[in-house]
Amino acid sequence: MKHDDLRQTVLRVLGEIAPEADLERLQPNVAFRQQLDLDSMDFLNFVIALHEATQVEIPERDYWRLASLDGCVEYLAQRLSARQQ
Amino acid sequence: MAELLMPKLGADMTVGTVVAWTRQPGEFVRRGDIVAQVDTDKGVIDIEVFATGVLEQILVLPGQTVPVGTPLATIRETGAPEERVPGAWAGPPPAEAGVAPQAPQAPPPPLPPPASAFGAGAVARAGHQPAASMAQPEPPGGMPVSAQGPPAAPARLRISPSARELARALGVDPAAVQGTGRGGAITREDIQRAAAQRAGALGRPRAEEAAAAGQPSAGAPATQQPAPGPSQAGPAQVAPPQLPPPQVAPPQAGPPQAGAPPTAAESPLAAAPMARGVQLPAEERAARMRQSIAAAMSRSKREIPHYYLGTTIDLHRAVTWLAAENERRTVTQRLLYGALLIKATALALRDFPELNGFYMDGRYKPNEAIHVGVAVSLRLGGLIAPALHHTDRLDLSTLMERLRGLVQRVRGGSLRGSELADPTITVTSLGEQGVELVLPVIYPPQVAIVGFGKVVERAWAVEGQVVVRPTITATLAADHRVSDGHRGALFLAAIDRLLQQPESL
Repeated sequence: MKHDDLRQTVLRVLGEIAPEADLERLQPNVAFRQQLDLDSMDFLNFVIALHEATQVEIPERDYWRLASLDGCVEYLAQRLSARQQ
Repeated sequence: MAELLMPKLGADMTVGTVVAWTRQPGEFVRRGDIVAQVDTDKGVIDIEVFATGVLEQILVLPGQTVPVGTPLATIRETGAPEERVPGAWAGPPPAEAGVAPQAPQAPPPPLPPPASAFGAGAVARAGHQPAASMAQPEPPGGMPVSAQGPPAAPARLRISPSARELARALGVDPAAVQGTGRGGAITREDIQRAAAQRAGALGRPRAEEAAAAGQPSAGAPATQQPAPGPSQAGPAQVAPPQLPPPQVAPPQAGPPQAGAPPTAAESPLAAAPMARGVQLPAEERAARMRQSIAAAMSRSKREIPHYYLGTTIDLHRAVTWLAAENERRTVTQRLLYGALLIKATALALRDFPELNGFYMDGRYKPNEAIHVGVAVSLRLGGLIAPALHHTDRLDLSTLMERLRGLVQRVRGGSLRGSELADPTITVTSLGEQGVELVLPVIYPPQVAIVGFGKVVERAWAVEGQVVVRPTITATLAADHRVSDGHRGALFLAAIDRLLQQPESL
């Protein structure tokens, strides 16, 4: 998946978890939790949905890398390209 | 014959509004199936049936508000003979049903905007339809009769009651539909085809609409706009129970298998945009939830002599065990520490019946089963505390799965009635972004509530050494009419002890 596709995927998943959020105004390099009211359950559902969309296994110790939109895209791209090699 | 009643979804609920029927008369339903949606101040709740059989009659139409306990539908249980409820009633006559004064028989606009306005038309039509026309049973032989047409209709239509009901639900004008049944009668398929054609003309396929109708109400655009007509007038009205019994006939006189009833997935009623049409606007809903919380909490503070206890618990073992456990689990099976807190609370409750039950009519009734209500906050304000049934008997994986589903359904607006009805105690956990201490208010008629603050790393003395440990402060608010601080303290200590053995939770 290209970065743009990944970005769209992350935004779609986020929209499902927090339907009331204004994702157009989301700052890509700032943590979601500073911008959206997400709790640990929302975040778990977010990670699960990312896993289902990309088939990337995301261990708990990597959660911190998924804190922002840019972080998610970078992490998923890296994991996907590592898988292809 | 079993009746589906308007459920009491919380101690403060007195009336509910039927939003939609997701199953239709004549369909076979199983115990636990979701058959309807009811709007309450806690949002739109999915209502399950508690009998298995044929959904025989629908007694309350979408848009109608009725008191708790009112029969909503009848179910002919498997093996039971066909019968009718003589006293069945369907709420106020159409003119008083709180329906917008739209032209009842106007054909659907050629290009209605999606969802809400579309749905409103359907609902307005539903409300204005003389109920008697739907009650007309088909004569033996299943020959479609010319049911009494709408007053403005130029000619009597050959259409079965079930097709007529479907047309109403989908906002299709039967007079504009070419019938393909016997003698030119309009069949359900004709109605479905007409609806599909119109949806096609709108450039919005039926399936997509179904998906849209199933979306979480909180974010669906249709609910953001003020809902038209019926939603504003409807909910305030309560139907007087002495009205005549308009009945909704099953689609076929014969067994429901004849003519293969549509499955829930393809059921047009399930997909009908009218499901959105009678819902409250978001602000109104928020205001009503606020009032409901205020009423319950005022009653609690007025009637319940609370006492409060708190203790700080070392979570080192629990957190360490959890990290190792989650390392082994795939992402979909991972646990949150909140699941451990809930399980420990439920297990501890087994020895403290004076904290698990209801105080009603001046006396306390302990409840044998332990149904922990989990307080879930809504991002736009308000909270709901649905129950995890038999919490103490769920293994951690199941408990976590249910909890995850529950939170998702609360925030997505698709809670089931049975989840709201009967928590026997509540647990409120403020999450890791919150504060260290919560002094919660009991939700009547419950008699206790357990609170957990956020996990905090503290300097902690262990065997004469100071170490850093993750800790959490657990609090208990309980009803002094039922228990005392001594017992409450033992209960919190029991929770602490259980959390020191996370592997046995």
